[in-house]
Amino acid sequence: MKNSTLPKLYEDMRRVRTFEERVGELFVRGQSAGSMLHLSIGEESAAVGVCAAMQDGDTFTTHHRGHGIFLARGADPNRMMAEIAGKDCGYCHGKGGSMHIADMGLGHLGANAIVGGGIPAVVGAGLSARHQKSGAVSVAFFGDGATGQGILYESMNMAALWKLPVMFVCINNQYGMGTRIDQATANPNLHERAEAFGLAARTVDGLDVEDVAEAATELMDGARAGTPAFLAVDCYRFYGHARKDKSPYRAEAEEDEGRKKDPVLRAREKLIEAGLMTEADLDALDATVAKEMDGSIDFAVAGEEPQMASMFRDVYDPSQPEPEPVRVRLDRVLAQG
Amino acid sequence: MAMQETTYRDALKLALSEAMTADDSVIVMGEEVGRYGGAYGVTKNLISEFGPERVIDTPISEAAIVGAAVGAAMTGLRPVAELMYVDFIGMTMDQLANQAAKIRYMFGGQIGVPMVLRTQGGTGRSAGAQHSQSLEGYVMHTPGLRLAMPATVEDAYHLLRQALQQPDPVVFIEHKGLYTMKGVLDPDVEPAEWGRAKVLREGKDLVIVTYSRQVHHALAAAEEMASKHGIEAAVVDLRTLNPLDFDTIRPLVEQAGRAMVVSEGVMTGGVAAELAARITEECFDFLEDPVVRVAGEDIPISVSPLLEQNSVPTPDLIVETARKMFA
Repeated sequence: MKNSTLPKLYEDMRRVRTFEERVGELFVRGQSAGSMLHLSIGEESAAVGVCAAMQDGDTFTTHHRGHGIFLARGADPNRMMAEIAGKDCGYCHGKGGSMHIADMGLGHLGANAIVGGGIPAVVGAGLSARHQKSGAVSVAFFGDGATGQGILYESMNMAALWKLPVMFVCINNQYGMGTRIDQATANPNLHERAEAFGLAARTVDGLDVEDVAEAATELMDGARAGTPAFLAVDCYRFYGHARKDKSPYRAEAEEDEGRKKDPVLRAREKLIEAGLMTEADLDALDATVAKEMDGSIDFAVAGEEPQMASMFRDVYDPSQPEPEPVRVRLDRVLAQG
Repeated sequence: MAMQETTYRDALKLALSEAMTADDSVIVMGEEVGRYGGAYGVTKNLISEFGPERVIDTPISEAAIVGAAVGAAMTGLRPVAELMYVDFIGMTMDQLANQAAKIRYMFGGQIGVPMVLRTQGGTGRSAGAQHSQSLEGYVMHTPGLRLAMPATVEDAYHLLRQALQQPDPVVFIEHKGLYTMKGVLDPDVEPAEWGRAKVLREGKDLVIVTYSRQVHHALAAAEEMASKHGIEAAVVDLRTLNPLDFDTIRPLVEQAGRAMVVSEGVMTGGVAAELAARITEECFDFLEDPVVRVAGEDIPISVSPLLEQNSVPTPDLIVETARKMFA
C-alpha cells in the first residue's frame, strides 16, 4: 500500500479534469481560438492509465480530444492553454490550436483533426525505433469513431506483420460526435478486430485507473518486446462533442447514468478507503491543481498574438524562401508598364 | 562512378542505391519494391543489397504506406515511399495533404517531414483510365509539398539524389513512358541546382514551358518548327514544379513575346492553367498573343492506343498550335 501509485494517478487525472474545465471556461470567456474544443472529461483514466505505462523516449499521436493525454505525458498546461487560445507562446505559436498540438521534446508527434489521421505515423515511428534500436514504443491514441476508418486496419496489419513496438489505444467514450457506438458498428467488441489482425488485444473498464494502468503496462511491455498491442478503454463522454454541442441526441437519464462512471471520483474514494489520503489531503491537492490551472488561463490570456509576419513561416524549412504574399505579388504584377 | 550510358530506370536505381549506401537512415518502402523489384523495376535487387529491413515490401495499403513514411520521417529516418501509380494518390491524400504537407506549419516549425514519395504517371502503355493519369496538379495545389518531375536520365539521377537531401516532403513523379529511355549520366558532374529550370533549346520566337515526358515532345516539335516552318522555339524543362523557377521563364518570354505551356495533365484547373496565368500576369506587357495551353483533354484516358495517344499533347499538336500562333 505504501508504494501505491494511486495518489499520483489521481493527481494526474485531477489535473486533466481541471484543465479541461478551464478550457471550457476559456471558451465561455471568449478567449479561446474558436469553439472546436473537445473535452476529455470522463476519459481521464485512459489518458493517465496508459501514459503511466509509457517511458521516456516513447512517442505518441493523439486525436482531436487529446488534451488529457498530452497533459498526462508531461505537457506544460500554460503553453497548452496558450495554444488553445491561439497565442504565440503556445506550443505551436498559435498555428495549431487544440486539435494540432504537438511537442517533439515529449515525443508528441501531434494531435490530429482527421479522425484516424495520426494512426499510421506510429507504424513509421515503430520502424524508426527498430532501426535505431532505441527501445521506444510508439502509441496511437484515438476514439471509437476512428474504428470506422480503414487507416486503422491498414496500420494494425502492418504493425502485426512487422512485429513493431507499437500500441493502439482506443478511448471508447461511446460516441463519435452524435452517433453512439452501437449505431456505428454491429460488433462493439472492438478488441476482437485487433485480435483478428494478430495483435495482443484487450478491453478494459475505464472506471478504475489502476485497472487501466495495469492492462496498459502489460500490453506496452509486450509491444516493447515486439508484440504490438491494442487496448480499448471503455468510458463515457460526459459532455457534448465540442463546446457548442448540448448533446440533444442522447437522453438525460443516459447521461446521468454515464457520468456515474467517473474515474476521478472512483480514485478519490479508493484513496480514502485505503487510508492513503484523507478527504482534507485530497481537497488540498485539488485546490493546488485548481490554482495551477487558473494560472494557465491567466498565462494564455496575457499571451501575445502571433506576429503577422509569422504567417508565411514554416510552410517550408527555414532555409527555404517563404511563399510570396498575395499583396506583394500583386504590387509587383500591377507595377508593370 | 564514371560517365556511362544508362536508362532513366537505372539512373533512378543508382540514385537510390547510392543514397542508401551513403546514409543508413534512408529506407525504401512500398508495394512490390523488394522481392519483385518494383512494378517498373526501379528497385530491382535493392533488397539483396540492403536487406528487407531497409527495402520493405508492404501490403497493398497506400494510405498507411504514406502515413508510416510520415511517422518514420518525423523520428529520424529518411523514407522513400513508393506509390506504384500516381493514380492511387487519392488513397493517400489525407496522409499526404493533411499530414505530410502541414505538419511543419501546424506544429509551429518544430519538425519537418523529410520523406520522398516516388511514383509514376502519364500515358503510353494502354493502362487505362486508372493507371495513366497525370495528377501533378493535386500536388502542386498543396502548399508544403515539393514536386519534382524528371524528364531526362540525368535528372532522374540528380533530382532523386537532391530530393533525398530536402528538408521537406517531396513528391517525385516519374513518367512511365521514359523508363527505358537511354541517356548519358556522369554522376561526378556538378548537377543543376534543385529548383532551377533548364533551357534545353534556345529560340527567339516562342517559349515552350513544359516538364516530364512532354519535354521530349516539345523538343521534337521545336525541331520540326525550325526545319519546316521557320519558327524558333525555346524549350524550358521546369524539372521541379515546386519550387517553381519563374526567374528562368520571365526573360525568355519577355524577349520572345509568345509562350506556350505544354502539360500532360488535364487542361482545366491544372498545372498548365497555373503556369499560363503566371506568365500572363508577370509578362503581360510583352505578350503578342495569349499564352496558350496545350494540355491533356478534359476526359479520362482510354485503353485504345489511338484514343490514348490523342488524349494528351503530341508533337504534332504542339507544331500545329505554334503554326496557328504565327498564322
